Amino acid sequence: MSDETGHPIVCIGASWGGVDALRTVLKGLPADLPTAICIVLHRPDPDGIAQLARVLSKDTGLTVCEPDDKQEMSNGVAYVAPAGYHLMVEDGHLALSVEDRVRWARPSVDVLFETAAESRAGGAIAVVLTGANDDGARGARAVHAAGGTVLVQDPDEAERREMPDAAIAMTEVDAVLPLDDIAGEIVRRIRGLVPRGA
Amino acid sequence: MAERVIDMSGWHDSLEDIEASVLLEAVHRHWGFDFREYAPASMRRRLAKRMHDESLESLSQLQHLVLHDRAAMERLLLDLSINVTAMFRDPMFYAAFREQVVPLLRTYPYFRIWHAGCSTGEEVYSMAILLHEEGLLDRARIYATDMNEKVLETARSGIFPIDQMKEHTSNYVRAGGTAAFSDYYLAKYDGALFHRFLSEHVVFARHNLVTDGPFNEFHVIVCRNVMIYFASNLQARVHDMFSDSLVRRGVLALGSKESLRFTAQEESYDTLDPMWRIYRKRASLNE
Repeated sequence: MSDETGHPIVCIGASWGGVDALRTVLKGLPADLPTAICIVLHRPDPDGIAQLARVLSKDTGLTVCEPDDKQEMSNGVAYVAPAGYHLMVEDGHLALSVEDRVRWARPSVDVLFETAAESRAGGAIAVVLTGANDDGARGARAVHAAGGTVLVQDPDEAERREMPDAAIAMTEVDAVLPLDDIAGEIVRRIRGLVPRGA
Repeated sequence: MAERVIDMSGWHDSLEDIEASVLLEAVHRHWGFDFREYAPASMRRRLAKRMHDESLESLSQLQHLVLHDRAAMERLLLDLSINVTAMFRDPMFYAAFREQVVPLLRTYPYFRIWHAGCSTGEEVYSMAILLHEEGLLDRARIYATDMNEKVLETARSGIFPIDQMKEHTSNYVRAGGTAAFSDYYLAKYDGALFHRFLSEHVVFARHNLVTDGPFNEFHVIVCRNVMIYFASNLQARVHDMFSDSLVRRGVLALGSKESLRFTAQEESYDTLDPMWRIYRKRASLNE
């Protein structure tokens, strides 16, 4: 069995309007967060020069970067999928792939969530934010099936409600929350997963 | 010869992963293709897709099929060989190559370039076009290798779908192309046939990065977004082979999110372009 099973990891997916929503969530997460964060934002920029990581790193104590293939994960660091690559969680590190788009998306939120479920099982925390399609819904279902946690931004206040709606329709979710409450909920969930004194 | 230790540590004890591990072992033993040390996350997805495309319900059924049906094995191999690619993909890489590597190539009367894992060959033709525009194609001998004979056939044919030309053209321009991209091919029905002068200097041959060793020494090795599908141990072995396959001060070009960091070879290279992952082998002390 993977020795990563049960270790928490936060995986966030968003598309339309997602940059601002992401910044709000990252702002609320402390720099000493005892897990890594993986982010898939559907990206229009084909050249993929890492502006997005820089934009996201303002106003947060977390370090934000684009990972290389096989990069090991560190706590308190947010890894943003590079444009044109799928981001996958493997045991102990992140992996990239340039396989076909999944539901027209690459990076795909489903791919991130599904690989997190495979590697971390109950430790996977999937967060679905605003988005204009249903990417992430199947991945959220995989996370739930593996015993992980699914948090969804309230569709009523999301910039685009399709992504949160799709996740809620596809699977049982653990909480539907206003954007401002998501960071706090993530921290609470992680505390529940990390043993005292670890 | 001692059997090397195969590292399949990224695979789990779930039924699906057990079936996958057994399938990969069986394919290795029966067909000789070794996918056991490919990166597990992407391999899981590819096997699941193949299972689905064959209308099967389990990886054990897929194993049965690929062991007993050669055509099915070829379909699996094709799935594992096709890499998403385009002419002048990552145009800025080619711009960086023009800037950093071409001046080095000008110093050689002849040079050899190895495209390792060339798939259907778009990258190879891009390189030939670039070298032609720099006046260096006549000095070049390009070796384009892949494990799969089918994709090599496509690459050798020089025919690419016409509906991809728009994207290729746009990339070509951004890469610093100095002519009209359409000068390089003849449009025929649904295909674009690239001119023969481009592939005259190219040898397309079968070579498997996992199982085959070095076969020549090269001035440049290009291997972009191929090794992301390998697990770390296998990547390390291939990097050792690449290092052994480079001439003194030879150049290694990787994909834009591939790194030598944390590999045994890290200290063996200078970085020519940190953003586009172009490296130059350091001269060793006893040269």
